Formats: sequence, structure tokens, C-alpha cells
Amino acid sequence: MKFAVIRFPGSNCDEDCVHALRALPNVTAELVWHKEEDLSAYDGIVLPGGFSYGDYLRCGAIARFSPVMQAVKKAADEGRIVIGICNGFQILCESRLLPGALVRNRGLHFICESTYVRVETNYTIFTNQGLTGSVLNIPIAHGEGCYMADEETLRDLNVHRQILLRYCDKEGIASEAANPNGSLQNIAGIRNRAGNVFGLMPHPERASEARLGSQDGNVIFRSVLEWHRRHSPLHS
Amino acid sequence: MSASPEITPEIIDKHGITPEEYERIKEVLGREPNFTELGVFSVMWSEHCSYKNSRKELRKFPTTGDRILVKAGEENAGVVDIGDGWAVAFKIESHNHPSAVEPFQGAATGVGGIIRDIFTMGARPVFLMDSLRFGPIEGDSDTAKHNRRLFAGVVAGIAHYGNCIGLPTIAGEVYFDESYNGNPLVNAFCLGVLKHEEIARGAASGVGNPVFYVGAETGRDGLAGAAFASRELTEESKQDRPAVQVGDPFKEKLLLEACLELLASGCVAGIQDMGAAGLTCSTCETASRGGTGVEIEIAKVPQRETGMTAYETLLSESQERMLVIVKKGEEATVRRIFDKWDLPYAEIGSVTDDGMMRVRENGKIVVEIPAKKLADDAPLYDREAAKKVPTPELDLKSVKQADSHESLLRLLATPSIASKRWVWRQYDHMVRVGTVVKPGSDAAVFLVREANKILAATTDCNAIYCKQDPREGARIAVAEAARNLACSGAVPLASTDNLNFGNPHKPENFLQLREAVEGMAEACRYFDTPVTGGNVSLYNESPAGAIDPTPTVGMVGVIADEKHITTQAFKNAGDVVILLGDLGDELGASHYLKVIHGRKEGRPPRLDYATEKGIHDAVLSLIRIGLLQSAHDCAEGGIAVAVAECCLSADKPLGATIRLDAEGLRDDQVLFNESQSRILVSVKRANAAATLSLLAWRGISAKRLGEVGGTDLKIAVNGRETAWELEPLRAAWMDTIGELMES
Repeated sequence: MKFAVIRFPGSNCDEDCVHALRALPNVTAELVWHKEEDLSAYDGIVLPGGFSYGDYLRCGAIARFSPVMQAVKKAADEGRIVIGICNGFQILCESRLLPGALVRNRGLHFICESTYVRVETNYTIFTNQGLTGSVLNIPIAHGEGCYMADEETLRDLNVHRQILLRYCDKEGIASEAANPNGSLQNIAGIRNRAGNVFGLMPHPERASEARLGSQDGNVIFRSVLEWHRRHSPLHS
Repeated sequence: MSASPEITPEIIDKHGITPEEYERIKEVLGREPNFTELGVFSVMWSEHCSYKNSRKELRKFPTTGDRILVKAGEENAGVVDIGDGWAVAFKIESHNHPSAVEPFQGAATGVGGIIRDIFTMGARPVFLMDSLRFGPIEGDSDTAKHNRRLFAGVVAGIAHYGNCIGLPTIAGEVYFDESYNGNPLVNAFCLGVLKHEEIARGAASGVGNPVFYVGAETGRDGLAGAAFASRELTEESKQDRPAVQVGDPFKEKLLLEACLELLASGCVAGIQDMGAAGLTCSTCETASRGGTGVEIEIAKVPQRETGMTAYETLLSESQERMLVIVKKGEEATVRRIFDKWDLPYAEIGSVTDDGMMRVRENGKIVVEIPAKKLADDAPLYDREAAKKVPTPELDLKSVKQADSHESLLRLLATPSIASKRWVWRQYDHMVRVGTVVKPGSDAAVFLVREANKILAATTDCNAIYCKQDPREGARIAVAEAARNLACSGAVPLASTDNLNFGNPHKPENFLQLREAVEGMAEACRYFDTPVTGGNVSLYNESPAGAIDPTPTVGMVGVIADEKHITTQAFKNAGDVVILLGDLGDELGASHYLKVIHGRKEGRPPRLDYATEKGIHDAVLSLIRIGLLQSAHDCAEGGIAVAVAECCLSADKPLGATIRLDAEGLRDDQVLFNESQSRILVSVKRANAAATLSLLAWRGISAKRLGEVGGTDLKIAVNGRETAWELEPLRAAWMDTIGELMES
């Protein structure tokens, strides 16, 4: 499977994502500069974490106007796989590829720590290698990761099983105490209605090796690879 | 240009130049300087840039060794070999004065500055550390509130810059003491990695080569910041807020990537960042190092504001700027790379052969100074040192024995000892996916993937010891840094230091500086950790007086094998706890004395080099054999605090049962003494006997103290047991700073 990891000038998890992806079997991953306009060569696109254009105004607000985002929208419309991690999730929301918005953390601080998230449904491109209800240990690192949406959007997200990850404690309880940033309904990651675009605040690439403290992030990447394997034309 | 003010004795004095120094300037020039030149001399000959009051002392540091590729003082940062063709560049630098008046931007630009120092060397920055000092943050007094504001602002500023640029802040230290009221310390450390052949030089070589200005436009911010940093802070210092720069980490990220790309292209003859003293310092230093001259045209410098004079442009400390000397004919490469990164750049001059730093404004010469004399010939002073008076020993009889149970809880809750989780949770400490030991252990451990090397790093300084005996305190700072590295499985490589002291014109302050430098130099020699560079920050005084002398040591080591990585947390119930070293008895200058009895007095503990080194070697050998489950050094708060930290650092706190038998000693003396050369380790029960006999065979004093497990921490001193429930201990240690800051 061939991934493009988009490199905005202020991306800083771009190389981490490339590293985590390349460690998996049958994967190629390349950095693609934000001025690129054609992404047709890639099966999957990753918008990595960082501060795309400094983000002093609103995270991801400028990135949505970048040349590469037109190509990302096209790829999303064509049903190709798009994953936005942290700043990438913020950019997907700003670009309206995903509903809702990510605002300043409750408590106002930037928070970097290990968190637990619960897989809300495993019948998806991004979570099929996990069990529904299972708990993943994946760290967060953000100042603006508090997920907000209006009631109608929230209802839709629930009805259409678009919420894939919720913050929870070690035992899988999505309690208020386990919610690091004040996100509505403990939301940590959502997909679009079509199911091919996924945004999440936790950093799966930082939980990709035992020596980093957790390998649970690979569940997400391996799910995508498995789905791609089953759906690729070569697979019979 | 508006007419330059006439040079009067008042103007000279306002520039911080003494009448003798003015005479020397006239000698260098062979004439009177004009106003702009006076400004140039004032920043270059400030303590911050010239080290005129400390350089003679700094020469006492060991700076050479087999692994040293670039020596201290040669370039912006030293470079040390780590094997297999790879090297590291690292350095620590202060931003104390700016942080005192504008904590957020002061700290942020401190981080920005040290990062530039590292990539100027051609190294890719890989991680950051910070050593911070503030006045006490407890209570409702205006001073405490102000200290909390400074602390919050500094931490947010470091987070803002480091997080955005994408460098993990993986370790550091924070201490609180009355002596830092009004004068906090902010020392930022950066380490970068490079191949031996990638070392870049800050020399203006090649006569005729074009000189490029790259990065952010120049504004009026940070005007003469170097001179500002070379004065005492006063009530009026707030008016110096314009001397504090404003940081733009996004721009620095672009500058960092563009400069590394430019260096990789092979078209760079020399490169230097514009930090303190900005354009002035970078032009005269590159010329001085290259043995050449540099001529620039001020009108070509990209400017953010209109109507700036040559004086302002030369002395501005606007951030995120570099000076690059490009090989002639390669100008197009610079344009291509800086256009790609959407960064401003301009060809502003060229390298000349006459040794002059010459600045023109629309063709007219406004500055013409021999570069080498400006950069290197600042006057050097032997300041008067007060006579050394030995510190009296603590009279133990005058110390009333406090309740052990309450004392430990109070020590764990004192912000200097309490967990700094509230701080490092705000720093992105995981980006670059290399942080294998996260903040909160003795040293942070980082996997540098480019080089496939595992590094450990720490910063240390106990300023109470240094206040009571600067020589012993500085020796201990070095020993503790090396001990922390040994505890994490690393062999120390080299060190960097940040010397934070008061006004050197006061003999008692200068004595502290001299004593600390000599102690540190001696210890660095003993532990074979040459000093690769660092920073001197003098004039750290508020109206209440000088800070406690704070010679902070940053030390870096290499861990040979991933299996050797060791942390302080107890791992399993049933493991046996062993102490390497003696139980000790020294309470002088201890945190127990300060926190429980409100007394900062007595002689600090004594360091014995051979014992200390023996302990480091022993712990490393036990780690290599694979015997240790955990290792933690005994520092502030003594054995009691060290054991509690081992219990509380575990993912889920673990209890322990400890027996300390020291006949003839008081309970508080046994529990909280801070004698040196002690490491607390835990081993599997089956390995306890083997560990003890190996230690005996090495001639290392060691004792089996007890074992890990249970729901309480129980410590018996000479048969009298005290028990602490884990949850109150955890809350005292883990939650105190957060509660103080968020209430």
C-alpha cells in the first residue's frame, strides 16, 4: 500500500508517521510537499501532526487553503483513504471533510500524556484489527483538541456510527475523569459518513513500538492495510 | 538618517562603558567612535557577549579530550564524537533577565536562541531540556502570586516554542527559593546530531564571497538586549520590556529546515546565527574567526519597520535570523531553497581582506572597526574576590527533631521536590518518537534514530549547597549529573554549564563565581566530562540581593545497549532494595533543614571523588550484567524521599518495607541526610545475594535495606517503624504543584 504523508511547512510529526508506516509490511510511505497538487499515485493520505502554518490564528485554518488540500479533497471524494492525526484532524475539520471543530483544551494548557481510548466500533476501515470495546493506549499532545459539534451533528455521528474512538480509563470506562481535554462525549476520533476519512487527536505513530511504551497505535495502521489488502484488485 | 547624538560622558555611561573602556575604544579605532560605533562596542564588550568578567575563570575548565571534535569557545557550540561517524552538538544558555520582565516571550526566545546555536553547527536539533528557578509559589502574598505568574508564563513560553517547532522537551529541573524572588532563572538546553563531516563553521572565509541575511525581518525588538542582560534587575527593569524579543517558532522551524537544506547543498562557506547583539555580533565574529573582514550595506537588510537607524538595525535582537557566507557563484541555490520555504533573504555584503567590520548606509560608511579587536579584544578583568570564610558546621543540637511521618509528607509536597508532572505535561516530550524514558526519572533517555544511538541527558544543580559552599556545591552538581546518567545506564560523555551568579563587581559574588568554576573544573576533570561550552549569566540580582549561586550542569551520556536502559521506579513486589554507599549523616544545607526548620545553613555534604566514581562504575556494571530492576540516586530529602520516589514512580504505586540501622544517629538524620555517593537499587529476590557479593568484591559499601511490596511505605529507623499510606504520599508528591498553580 502506498501512503503520502503530507508535509506542511510547520508539520512536525511527518517523519514520525513515515517511520511508523515504513515499519509495517508491504508499505511504502513518502513525504509530499504542501505545494503538490496531484495525489493520484497514492492509496492512502496521512495529514500528520504539527503546526501546519504556525497556526497562531486557528489550528488548520490556513492549511485548508493550501494547494495540496484540493488534492486531498479530490482523493476523499474518490473514496481513497485519508487519515488526519492531531493537527491533521484539525485541518480535516477546517476543510469540512469532517464535521465539528477542535477548540482550546478545557484547562487551557497544552497536554502531552499517555491516554486510553476505546474502540467504539470495529466494523470500519480504521479499526477492523481491534475489538469493539477494546482499549488502546495511545498518547495525545495538543493544545486544541476539545471536540465540539452541535447537537444535530452529534446525533448524526452516533446514529451513523461515525465515532470510532472515545477517551476512557484503563478499564474502558469513558468517564469525565478520563476526558483529558473536555471533548463532547469523550470523542477522540471520528470518520466521515462515507467511511474513508478518519480524524483523531491521539498519535498512533507514537505508540508504534514496544520501547516507546505502547504498540497499540499499529492497530489503526494495520486495520487500514488489512482493508486495503481485501479490497485491492489483486486480491481474489 | 537623523543626526547622531554627540558622544558625551553621560551617553558613554548609559551604554555601560567605563571611562577606561572608552579610552581603549579610541585606541582600537585611532579616533573617537561615532554614536553607532559606540553602540556596537557596548554590546560586543558587554558581559553577555565578551565574558569580560568571567573569561579568565572559564579558562580553568577542561575543554579537550579524545571525543571532542569542536572545542568550547571555538564556535557556537561544542561538538562531541558519539561513535560510528556520528557526533552531537549541545549547549545550555540562559534567558534570565528577559524572563523576569516578560516570562512567556523571554522563555520562548531563550529556547529559540539555543536551537539556532545548535543548527548553526550543521546539527539537526533532536531534544531540549530546561533548568528553571523561581521564588516560592506557595501562599497568598503578592510575591508568591507574582512567582506563580512567572512560573506559569515561563513554562507556557517554553511549551509554545518547543512544541511548535517539533522538538521534545524531555528533562530538566525546577527549584523554588526566596533568593530567586524577582530574578528567576531560565536556562535552556538543546542537543543536535550530525555526522563528523557535516560540522559547519561560523567563519567568514573566502574573500569576495557574498554575505546573505536569511530569516525574519529586522525590527526594533530586543534592542541592545545583551547590554540589558549585563545589568542588575531593578524596579525600573519593566521599562526594559522593549529589550525582550518576540519569538516566532513557526518561522524558526522554516529557518531550521531551510538552513539544514542549504548546508547539505554544500554551498555554505560559513554560517552564524544572530542571537545576542544580532547583526553586529554575527558580522564581526564571522570575520574574526575567518581572519577576514566583512562589509555590509544596511539598506539591504530586510526590515519590518520603517525609519530604523543604522544603530537600531545593528543592535536589534529580532529573532529567527541567520547570517550565511555563501560560496561565490552559488547564490542561486540560496534563492531556490529560501523561496521554497517562503523565507525572506537578501545579499547584504561580502567578505573582504582588510579585517574590518564595515557597515554602509546607502553607500556611506557608518561603522568601521577592526573585526578581530571588536570580537576578541574586549578588556578582561580580574575582579576582586572576597576572602574565603569557611562555612561553620551545622550544630545538630540546635535542630529539634521533627515528626518523621509529617516531615516526609511535607518534603514530598515541597515544590522543589514534588513531581514536576504539571510542567512536563505541557511540553510535547514525545515528538520525534525517540523518548524511551519519559521525564520524571533520574535522566531522560532518547533514541536518536538518525544515528541509532541511545543518549541520556540531565541537568543538575543544588543551589543551597552552592550558597553554603560554592566549591563543594559545584563539585556535587557535576557528580550528581554523572550519577544520574549512571543510574539510567549511561556513560557520561561531556558537559555544558550555565553559570548563574550575581553582580561580579561585588567581591562576595566574585568569590562564589571563582570557587564554583574551580570546583566544577576539578570535578569535570575527575569524571572525564570536558566542558563543551555554555553560558555565563551575571548580574542576577533583584533589589533584595543576589541569587544563590547557581552553576547548572548539563550532561550527556551514551547508553551502549537498549537493554541497559534503567529507570528509578520500583518494578515488582518482592524485589529486594539495596543501597550502594553508606547511610550517611550529613544534614547541613539539606532540604529537611530548609523545609521543616526554615534554615538554610551548615556545610553541605562532602564529596569524595573515589567513592563517588566507584559507585557509578558499580551501578553501571550491575546494569550491564542485567541485575538491576531500578536505580535512583539519593538527593534532596535523603533516603526517605528517594525510596518514596521509587515507590510512587511506578505505573501503579508500590509499597516497600525498609530497615535503616545506624546506631547513635537521630531518626531525622538517618532519614533525610543528603550525604553523597548513594544509589538506591532494586533487584529480583533471587539476585540479591549475587548483587551484594559482586559489590563486596568491588569494594563497594552496600546494604540490603528491605523489599518492595505491600500497601504502605514502612521505614524502621533503629527499630522504630513509621508507616505511610501510599495515596497521601502520592497526592503530596504528584498533585501539589498542579493544585498550587490551578487554584
